[in-house]
Amino acid sequence: MIELTVNRKKRRYRGPAFKRLLDVLREDFELTGTKEGCGEGECGACTVLLDGEPVNSCLVPVVQAEGSRVETVEALGAASRLSPLQQSFLDQGGAQCGICTPGMLMTAVAHVRSGGSADPDSVRTALAGNLCRCTGYQHIVAAVVDTAKRERTRRARAR
Amino acid sequence: MASVGTSSRRKEGPEKLTGEARYIDDYPLEGALHGVTLRSKVARGILREIRFDPSFDWSSVVVATASDIPGENCVLLIEKDQPLLASRELNHLEEPILILGHSDRAKAYEALEHIEVVCDEGEPVLTMEEALANGAVFKRYEIVKGDLEAGFRGADVVVEEEYRVPHQEQAYIETNGIAAWEEKDGTLVLIGSMQCPYYVHKAMLGLFPRAPEKIRVIQTVTGGGFGGKEEYPNLIAGHAAVLALKAKRPVKIVYDRAEDMRATTKRHPARIRHRTGVKKDGTIVAQEIDVLMDGGAYVTLSPVVLSRGVLHATGPYECPNVRVVGQVVKTNTPPNGAFRGFGAPQTLFAAEMQVEKIAARLGLDALAVRRKNLFREGSVTATGQVLKESVGAQEVLDRAVAISRYLPRKKECERWNRRKAAPSWRGVGLAAVFHGAGFTGSGEVYLQSRATVSLLPNGDIEVEAASTEIGQGTTSILASIVADALGVPYEWIRVSTPDTAKVPNSGPTVASRTCMIVGGLLKRSADELRRALEKEGVAWPPTPPALKRAARKVCANGRPFGFVQEYERPGDIRWDDARYRGDAYGVYGYAAMVVELEIDKLTYEVTVKEVITAQDVGRAINPLLVEGQILGGTVQALGYALLENAIFDKGVMANASFTNYVIPTTLDTPPMRVEIVEKPYSLGPFGAKGVGELPMDVPAPAVAAAIHQATGLFLTELPLLPERILKAMHDRAHRQS
Amino acid sequence: MRGDASSMKLLRPRSVEEALRLYAASPHAVPLAGGTDFMVAWNAGDANGRTILDLSRLTPWKRIAETKTGVRIGALATHRELQVHPLIRKRLPLLVEACATIGGRQIQFRGTLGGNIANASPAGDTFPPLAVYEARVRLRSAGESRTIPLLDVFTGVKKTALARGELIESIEIDFPRRPARESFRKVGTRAASAISKTVAAGLLWLSSDGRIREVRFALGSMAPTVRRLSSVEALLAGKKPTSRLVAEAVDLLENDVSPIDDLRSTRAYRLEVSRNLLRAFLSTGLAR
Repeated sequence: MIELTVNRKKRRYRGPAFKRLLDVLREDFELTGTKEGCGEGECGACTVLLDGEPVNSCLVPVVQAEGSRVETVEALGAASRLSPLQQSFLDQGGAQCGICTPGMLMTAVAHVRSGGSADPDSVRTALAGNLCRCTGYQHIVAAVVDTAKRERTRRARAR
Repeated sequence: MASVGTSSRRKEGPEKLTGEARYIDDYPLEGALHGVTLRSKVARGILREIRFDPSFDWSSVVVATASDIPGENCVLLIEKDQPLLASRELNHLEEPILILGHSDRAKAYEALEHIEVVCDEGEPVLTMEEALANGAVFKRYEIVKGDLEAGFRGADVVVEEEYRVPHQEQAYIETNGIAAWEEKDGTLVLIGSMQCPYYVHKAMLGLFPRAPEKIRVIQTVTGGGFGGKEEYPNLIAGHAAVLALKAKRPVKIVYDRAEDMRATTKRHPARIRHRTGVKKDGTIVAQEIDVLMDGGAYVTLSPVVLSRGVLHATGPYECPNVRVVGQVVKTNTPPNGAFRGFGAPQTLFAAEMQVEKIAARLGLDALAVRRKNLFREGSVTATGQVLKESVGAQEVLDRAVAISRYLPRKKECERWNRRKAAPSWRGVGLAAVFHGAGFTGSGEVYLQSRATVSLLPNGDIEVEAASTEIGQGTTSILASIVADALGVPYEWIRVSTPDTAKVPNSGPTVASRTCMIVGGLLKRSADELRRALEKEGVAWPPTPPALKRAARKVCANGRPFGFVQEYERPGDIRWDDARYRGDAYGVYGYAAMVVELEIDKLTYEVTVKEVITAQDVGRAINPLLVEGQILGGTVQALGYALLENAIFDKGVMANASFTNYVIPTTLDTPPMRVEIVEKPYSLGPFGAKGVGELPMDVPAPAVAAAIHQATGLFLTELPLLPERILKAMHDRAHRQS
Repeated sequence: MRGDASSMKLLRPRSVEEALRLYAASPHAVPLAGGTDFMVAWNAGDANGRTILDLSRLTPWKRIAETKTGVRIGALATHRELQVHPLIRKRLPLLVEACATIGGRQIQFRGTLGGNIANASPAGDTFPPLAVYEARVRLRSAGESRTIPLLDVFTGVKKTALARGELIESIEIDFPRRPARESFRKVGTRAASAISKTVAAGLLWLSSDGRIREVRFALGSMAPTVRRLSSVEALLAGKKPTSRLVAEAVDLLENDVSPIDDLRSTRAYRLEVSRNLLRAFLSTGLAR
């Protein structure tokens, strides 16, 4: 049995230890927000935060996440109560078909939370492991830049 | 407050941001089998025997073959040549032979390894040229205008060139997936990732004959389509269904990335030859164009792709003497199909590069040549269509040139390139295109699209159409159109999920037709609904309680009070399908683009520094969504131009992975400036035309033109890889020495 | 996705000694670090039924520690950890640059240096920097330990000199004297998250009289394994860097590599670009 914390809840997984973290989240924990796009670690649609860092969950056997904190898109907000990042995506057109969006949001939120730069090139670098085929990235970058700016301002005020 | 023209909040937006949106693989489907496909390992052959390894435990496996198809073993599109499952002839690598299912996905794939297919292997035809020489032509079109020979006689200069464009993979981030099951009452249900529920419905009727109401097709939230889920779902739906009916259990088939890339449709490769007669001042007086496309092993939609290709082959230029001949041929490769632009990106690349070549030959700027010949109101196209209204060609060109400072920027690049110590070559390229909105010619009439607006018993207003939301914001723009037609808030409008049990057939979500054609139908339905309600005494604009009261009155027996409109060809659109003459499309969109790029002198890598584009969409129903379409289409086309190299080896894609078929990342994407131009179309809802595909047509030639300016190299084949730039430089140096 | 989780056998040592013992007893097990290479193959169904030796609990091997002469990087240090480590950033900047080009951030947070080396791809982006930094690799097995030069680890495409039961414990690098020039450049199939067509690292020291004291230049993706350009280095040592010498050196490059045509690029392109990178490195001051 493998214990891990998912979206701040302690969860237990009983099944083959080599099942991918992606599949455990989607099938065993019914958190289908995280998607599979390629199985190669190229598209980033499967991105979750593992102990605060963005990783491709399609490449992580769940046994290696034992005892870790996992955060998925479901933790960010609900349709009736979007997080600032999600709201920014909605306002700026950051999601079209939406399949890359959960992974994109998790990578972006890690960048913002760590005080990541609001410079567009830094944001692009942070998101380089997340492929989008619909948007051409510009609206996504704008949304993350906005959110990063606001977060940095908030931090500066808090000091 | 009016909704049209504002960037209303997307209706389908929030659930996509929270993980609540459910794509096909998110549905658990109790008791379902995972279906996997056994595919041909030869490009051409005759199937002799299928051998199941007796040492493997087949007890938990269900297998469906061609013999399990109750109806006709054929995937209905245009012709009846493509079998759902091969039974005798094998015509391409990856051709489906059987479907097998297991409750465990990994075990299903394992079972595939224990089946041997015995076949007599034949000699495949793998090139367009060979197919053409054999006469394996699916379709041929010819467009003639004026007197070509007279045109050439009057020319000062004749410019000839051949262009080649490759396959392109749609690379939607969600792969193809469909689930199927039969309900107790005998209804065959199919749900999944798709653009055209009614295409699937029609195909299923042929395969599994029953009353039309006994087939129900529902689109799930779809993670990108771009044409790759226009016709292909017919095949995968048939596979899921045949196994589901055999197993008497639900079946879900979801492709992994490698299978999706190897087996499903791609953009048609093409070879386009231009021979152009021009006057010294840049006037184009004769255009002779030969278009050859590779359709793959089955007809699928190739005639329609070819049609759009030839109808755009001249570029947005008026020329009195034209002959375009187009052919699409059969090769033993996986069938090609729809991809955003649908034949036009191919022929427009060639047309625009031809203008670039003409300019170079005449010593004129490419801008000047375009200005001389570009369509304006009153221009006559190659099919004899008079462009009567909504012709934004000149305006988009002017705007793109002005905003980008095209001419001074070109000079700056020339100055830069004269510096021997500069680490790069820089160039600015220009292109201008047009794109017909809606189906070609008589296509829209043939479709007989219908769409409905209803007042529901509970007072809500509902839109019913088969148009699918696949990222472009269908739900939102149709709601905006109906809201403004009724004069009520956008938030009051609900849009139905595309479910063939519920919505009428408003046609496929393709061809940049959703806003213009389906939106147009819905606007008229909304107008009718409003008139009817006003007649019932409802004061306008209505309040929600007033609508509820009205609903209680008019929704007899709890049924919606709805108005359906069916497409009528506007009276003055005339098209002769036999001679390919007349009004090919109701109206065209126009786009112009300026691209500045830099080529590294050490590595020949191309970095696009900036893209500036102006695009005429008639009317932007939702400007943010329009901009999103333009930005997204531009980046797909930058991939087509620079990165996406579909390598075919022995008749199948050899680099079928995201690792080796590379699409643009954030760092491959330049800053892009989009200018929306509105030249309203009198027959479009609030003046709207279409925008889905137009952005795909213009970037590739703009990039190639910029590379030409940067290096003097005139490259005629996509993608414009560093290896090819290097080779062209070597070849030039060799010629010069 | 064709991986069958229920077919896998899993060994999960809690200590280095246990890992080496288990590996000695099951030498056909697949040692698994961050999984960014192995899991791709597993997802494709190519590794069903294998035994996995999960190294992820071997905390001592995650450490990056300063030594008397340089640094010892635990095999399980990730590419991201290397990028942010102050000592690595200060003294081994080419390694930092290389780590930042591997995949996207998600890969960098999981992929390990040891895993990357053990995978022995011809295109490993960290290998040219490690080659010019003359990294040594410390190998452990149940009975023994040994340290060999990095270049001796790679024996062919995805082949290493690791013996049965042997694991990579750490990578040791002595900090080089501050070079006059240092450069890393990766030429990939696109701007980010790409496999290299050619990848280069160079270090150059000048004598007080302006001669080249020593030059080290390595190329990846140009041969079955990473290559130091030994002919070029030998030619340049002790000489004054004139443009004629540079041209000679660039001509010699071909002797030290064997690039091919493949899905990503061509032999001709790889050679030409590598020559350009070498020429630029040798010609310009503090070439980057």
